[in-house]
Amino acid sequence: MAGEHGLLVETGSLELSHRLDAALRADRPEGVVEIVPGPDTVLVVAPGADQARLRARLEAVVAGERGRERAGVAAGPVVTIPVVYDGADLDSVAALAGISVAEVIQRHLGRELVVGWLGFAPGFAYLTGLDPVLETPRLDTPRTSVPAGSVAIAGPYSAVYPSASPGGWRLLGRTSVRVWDVAADPPSLFQPGTRVRFEQA
Amino acid sequence: MIEVLAPGPYATVQDLGRPGYAHLGVPRSGAADAASLRLANRLVGNAEALAGIELTFGMARLRFLQGAWVALAGAPVPAGPVRGAGMGAPFWVPEGAELRLGAPEWGLRTYLAVRGGIAVEPVLGSRSTDSLSGLGPEPLRAGTLLPVGRPEGVIAVDVAPPPERRPAVLRVLPGPRDDWFAPEALEEMCARPYTVSQDSNRVGVRLHGPELARAKEGELPSEGMVTGAIQVPPSGQPIVFLADHPPTGGYPVIGVVRAADLAVAAQLRPGDEVWFTTRPGR
Repeated sequence: MAGEHGLLVETGSLELSHRLDAALRADRPEGVVEIVPGPDTVLVVAPGADQARLRARLEAVVAGERGRERAGVAAGPVVTIPVVYDGADLDSVAALAGISVAEVIQRHLGRELVVGWLGFAPGFAYLTGLDPVLETPRLDTPRTSVPAGSVAIAGPYSAVYPSASPGGWRLLGRTSVRVWDVAADPPSLFQPGTRVRFEQA
Repeated sequence: MIEVLAPGPYATVQDLGRPGYAHLGVPRSGAADAASLRLANRLVGNAEALAGIELTFGMARLRFLQGAWVALAGAPVPAGPVRGAGMGAPFWVPEGAELRLGAPEWGLRTYLAVRGGIAVEPVLGSRSTDSLSGLGPEPLRAGTLLPVGRPEGVIAVDVAPPPERRPAVLRVLPGPRDDWFAPEALEEMCARPYTVSQDSNRVGVRLHGPELARAKEGELPSEGMVTGAIQVPPSGQPIVFLADHPPTGGYPVIGVVRAADLAVAAQLRPGDEVWFTTRPGR
């Protein structure tokens, strides 16, 4: 339970969160206003819905998706992001990882990342699956303004800043792709489960 | 058009928010005390979802460049010099007149509805200012011009009971992460009052009082949160999330305030005392 109108479903894995999210969006139970996947959970908000019925429905969907887990991953759409690798923190990331700047770039380009969840700001996606060699802590002092389109890393995640904001992630480069546009439908290029490939611009 | 001559300490345009985008990192936003905005809209014959003005601590001055029916609800403020101006009933503001609103006797947020609604450009389907993410119109400033929409329907209500000061008690449903706290934490939270901190805003009501001890250490993975969630950061001092709360968070939520009491939470002002209870009655 998450209050009178919310149910927090424990999935135990990001993959199952994405499957449950996709299944609920494809066939949305009556009264559901929000479906918010997280790494271990999915929050479902349904004001005024019959809670017992919704709970039963969610249990059935979770059981079904768990059963299908071995049948292979339902892949999300792929988005390619061209990046100019000229970020201010390339050198510090290379030094922390003990590799060259060229290798930092190669390792960032070398893997397909997956949008885990969004938070912090509209359209700010936590991209999972970063090469562990690139894992670096956030800056001790966050920048007061990071330009929109900045491509950055922090901890096990990468991200593209959707709009100009303060931020403590380490900047690797920039893209001209608009990942967030309030006039677009949907406004965010990144949705939970979207697969992301970075390429050198 | 309505011209803002003075917005008071903080004023924004608010409707019922932009639901359905939490998974994209977009807060719901909307009126912090949605019940009062709905009431003000009903009083001028509007659909409840139209946008009005949310004043924080009153003290605003507005010039009406066209005549309009107006209603006020929420924290009670003195209103004048327009004839008939007051809380809980529609009144006519003539063209060119200035409406002056004073400071509330109690409570924090007052809602002004205008027949036809405030018709600023919607963003993602809502005219609300989201103070956390910056979506929606800028907070009001001296000189802001607010367009008024075309009235529809009839004014079917002529008066509402004056708002009553309700006891500052927030009824709480435990969870979803009460098991992250010491077994007696919920009881302690309800045993003594908390004081509302100066740092409170549309994101949340920050409280000072009994420290809530954790049973589990470590970090909770980021997860979705609802409005009314009582999040407890490492300080042990709870925050009650209001309309502009972040859609996801990583600190455990010990309980959630009942939807009917969100209006009470939204009217708390710095220095006020507030009690929690896990009993469903009052």
